[in-house]
Amino acid sequence: MRSLRRILRTPLGIAAISLLALVLLTAIFAPILWGAQADAVDTDNILAGPSLEHPIGTDGLGRDLLLRTVVATRLSVVLALVATLVAVTAGLILGVAPFLLGRAGKVFTWLVGIAVAFPALLLALFFAVIFGTGWVGATWAIGLAGAPTFARLCQTLVAGIAERDFVSAARIGGVGRFRVLFRHVLPNIGEPLIVNATIGAGGALLSFAGLSFLGLGVQPPEYDWGRLMMDGLSGVYLNPLAALAPGVAVVIAGLAFNLTGEAAARSLGIGSVGVMSKLAALQPRRVAEASPPAPDEVLAVRDLHVTFPGGAGPITPVRGVDFTLRRGEVVGIVGESGSGKSLTALAIAQLIEEPGRVDAETLRFLGTDLRDGDHRRLLGTSLAMVFQDPMTSFNPAKRMGGQLAEVATQHHGMTRRQARARAVDRLAAVRIPDAEQRARQYPHEFSGGMRQRAMIGMGLMGSPKLIIADEPTTAVDVTVQRQVLSLLQAIRDQDEVAILFISHDVSVIAELCDRVLVMYAGRIVEDLPVAQLDQAQHPYTRALLAAVPDMQTDLDAPLATVPGRPVDPAHVPPGCAFAARCPLADAHCRVEDPQLVTSAPGARVACWHAGEPLPDPIAAPARDIEGTTQTGPTTRTSPTTRTSGVQVVV
Amino acid sequence: MTTTAALPAKGVPRAGDHRWLRFTARRAGRLVVSLWVLATAAFLMIHLIPGDPVRAALGPTASAELVAARRESLGLNDPLIVQYLNYLGGVLTGDFGVSIQSGLPVAETIAQRLPATASLAVLAFVFAVIVAIPVGVAVAVATRRGRGRKLELGFAGTSVFISAIPDFLLGVALVAVFGVSLGWLPIAGRSGPESYILPVIALSLGPAAVLARIVRVEMLTVLEADFVRTARAKRLPAWRIYLSHALPNAVTATLTLAGLLLSALVVGTVLVENVFAWPGLGSTIVSSIQLKDFPMAQATVLVYGAGVLIINTIVDAALAVLDPRTTVAED
Repeated sequence: MRSLRRILRTPLGIAAISLLALVLLTAIFAPILWGAQADAVDTDNILAGPSLEHPIGTDGLGRDLLLRTVVATRLSVVLALVATLVAVTAGLILGVAPFLLGRAGKVFTWLVGIAVAFPALLLALFFAVIFGTGWVGATWAIGLAGAPTFARLCQTLVAGIAERDFVSAARIGGVGRFRVLFRHVLPNIGEPLIVNATIGAGGALLSFAGLSFLGLGVQPPEYDWGRLMMDGLSGVYLNPLAALAPGVAVVIAGLAFNLTGEAAARSLGIGSVGVMSKLAALQPRRVAEASPPAPDEVLAVRDLHVTFPGGAGPITPVRGVDFTLRRGEVVGIVGESGSGKSLTALAIAQLIEEPGRVDAETLRFLGTDLRDGDHRRLLGTSLAMVFQDPMTSFNPAKRMGGQLAEVATQHHGMTRRQARARAVDRLAAVRIPDAEQRARQYPHEFSGGMRQRAMIGMGLMGSPKLIIADEPTTAVDVTVQRQVLSLLQAIRDQDEVAILFISHDVSVIAELCDRVLVMYAGRIVEDLPVAQLDQAQHPYTRALLAAVPDMQTDLDAPLATVPGRPVDPAHVPPGCAFAARCPLADAHCRVEDPQLVTSAPGARVACWHAGEPLPDPIAAPARDIEGTTQTGPTTRTSPTTRTSGVQVVV
Repeated sequence: MTTTAALPAKGVPRAGDHRWLRFTARRAGRLVVSLWVLATAAFLMIHLIPGDPVRAALGPTASAELVAARRESLGLNDPLIVQYLNYLGGVLTGDFGVSIQSGLPVAETIAQRLPATASLAVLAFVFAVIVAIPVGVAVAVATRRGRGRKLELGFAGTSVFISAIPDFLLGVALVAVFGVSLGWLPIAGRSGPESYILPVIALSLGPAAVLARIVRVEMLTVLEADFVRTARAKRLPAWRIYLSHALPNAVTATLTLAGLLLSALVVGTVLVENVFAWPGLGSTIVSSIQLKDFPMAQATVLVYGAGVLIINTIVDAALAVLDPRTTVAED
């Protein structure tokens, strides 16, 4: 009953149950009400067409076809239900056999495996040969034909239950297989079995109509929908409705069972598909304003916003990002997950898809305004992307060489052969051994490190001026991380390529980058040269740095983290977004949002209390807070010096 | 069918062609075993019939001598194992026995009628695929990420509705509309190319609807994959991303289902042939069951079953070519 109420909560469920109730009520009452009338012979009205008296005409004995179609509901539905019962029972026996019989039961699994390969209708015909024509034979035939499907279902369900702890416990406790079956297994597979039996009943109804239509099922003087269709087809030239009306009845009744089963499956399963969020009307917020580009500028971003529609209005995970990138400059963006750093990267690369939208005052790449128009060629040749997960970022169904080569055929007008040669050359350039042979392989034949290098190689098919690397070292192990970082560094040194490197790991950024942008809640809160990381002004930056373990970290103490939780982009508080987690925050911080302002040459910070000493070490008991004061670097290890030591190793 | 979800472990051998051969050989072996099970079932079918099948076939008026003579000629008086071996030998050499009704060799009738059924099934399958893939891809692209809600609802409703109509009812409806009311197309028999139109539509529309739905769902999943973002980052034109990058990755599930649909479609010819008086095996199997012509029924069931098994094997082999991971997942 509880299940029924849950089904009735959805519109589909209500419609399905109502339809099913209608079908069942008709099956019960129609023969009582109209049974005699439907058999009344009227020799004056033989094979009449549709009329007021007989809306869909009469049959060869002048009997009213509409009444016969309605009355046939009972036999059609009852036979379908009996056949389903046969199918479920036989399926259950076959399905639990492997569980009861142990190894000997494997034979059943094997036979069922072969039997399910055959369509049910073929199996029904097979059994129809044995049982002969007539409704008894047809019921057995359709029931047994459905058995393999249910057997497979039962096997799967039983196998799932049998592995659970309580079943194992019962078995170890010496409870017999039969007892375990009835006490533990069957009660647990009842619900899915009933749901599937309901769907199966719809199928049985159609199959029965099919067999009767072929003349193998119900025989005169009995009649079901299939039989009525068969009789109607012979007179199709005179009265097509005679064949169609029972067919429509079959479809309606079949749908009633099917939909009820589906609705039950959906409401009893793992929730329903959530209502799609409404697409809020978003006003474009763009002011045309262009400052002249600096001579070596690669990328200029001003007031970048990324917005998605959400259930309760638009969500803006990136809220006004400003920065520029010069030739050969390596800039890192660091921040926790959800800070908007990856979306910033995707927005710059024009890879945000609808319904997300990108707004900016300036979004200029190599002097070209990216905000309007199609810049596919420019972006395809001069901007390279490296994504986080090298496992999933290549197309598993295409060979590596082809995936690289298509960049060149697409954008450089190369022939397939030239492009292939270039691809092999690029794979070699990113230190893939046996590049010629490797190019013929599929991504799953590459190791993780090779894939990530190949991804960079793909970016080098053109002559990129900017590489955007979105967490390229997050999904790989430390050795691969080294390879990736040193490769990017080599590329920068060789061709003066600018790199925008996104990571949540400050130490990786410190190792590779010239400058670091710290993002929090969709904004840049601090922008400073990596060499000055130890003079970071923003409390958030300082907290991030404090969270990096180094050689001085007391390994017995708990690992330091930034206390508190990141801001949910759907609920950005007024004032400074970091205020709730900030040890320096005061009332002013919670009301007014600090702007990103220049704090020192080449450094910007957005904080009302920039550089003020922190009240006590933030969640980093084992560390000095020397890096967090404004007194400048001491002789002690700072993240920069530590990681530059690592660079030597590379 | 094969499992494709699991990604292969590391250390996969390089020689891809090898693997494909091994995989196909294994599949062929399974086919042989399945065919043997099928033939055994077809053999047992006759012996499971309650009473004397020959008496049933010839009717209660037939003389006892005739029944006895026919039993003898069918070999039904031999020990079961001898009959079984004779039967398997006959099947292997293409000898399916003699029809009880007509006295003609069953193999002759089958050879005569098989082409009509096979051509119908193949055409219907091709039609279903040709309709389903473009429709599924187009709807997926138009409805991804919550776009085109109305289109999505309309598509879901239409496809569910179409696939809920049994093929023989669709056939009757097509006959009523295009054959009777409009009189455009022939409604019975196999004559020129136009006689194929209605049966092919009746057979393929339902499978096409199911297939289009699967193509859409698969495409929607694939379009969210990282490698599609990579393809977009390569700034390939949209059609290339959809057809060259996304579609091949949706093809595994599509083809797996298409294989199931094809075998269902082959058997679906039984009903559709009876609607259109198509001179194929479908009419044969029904009449042989009605007339209790058991050797004929046995042979047609065997032919249909073998057809289904062979199709499944071909689909698996094709899958292994299109998606090399399937061969690995099986190892």
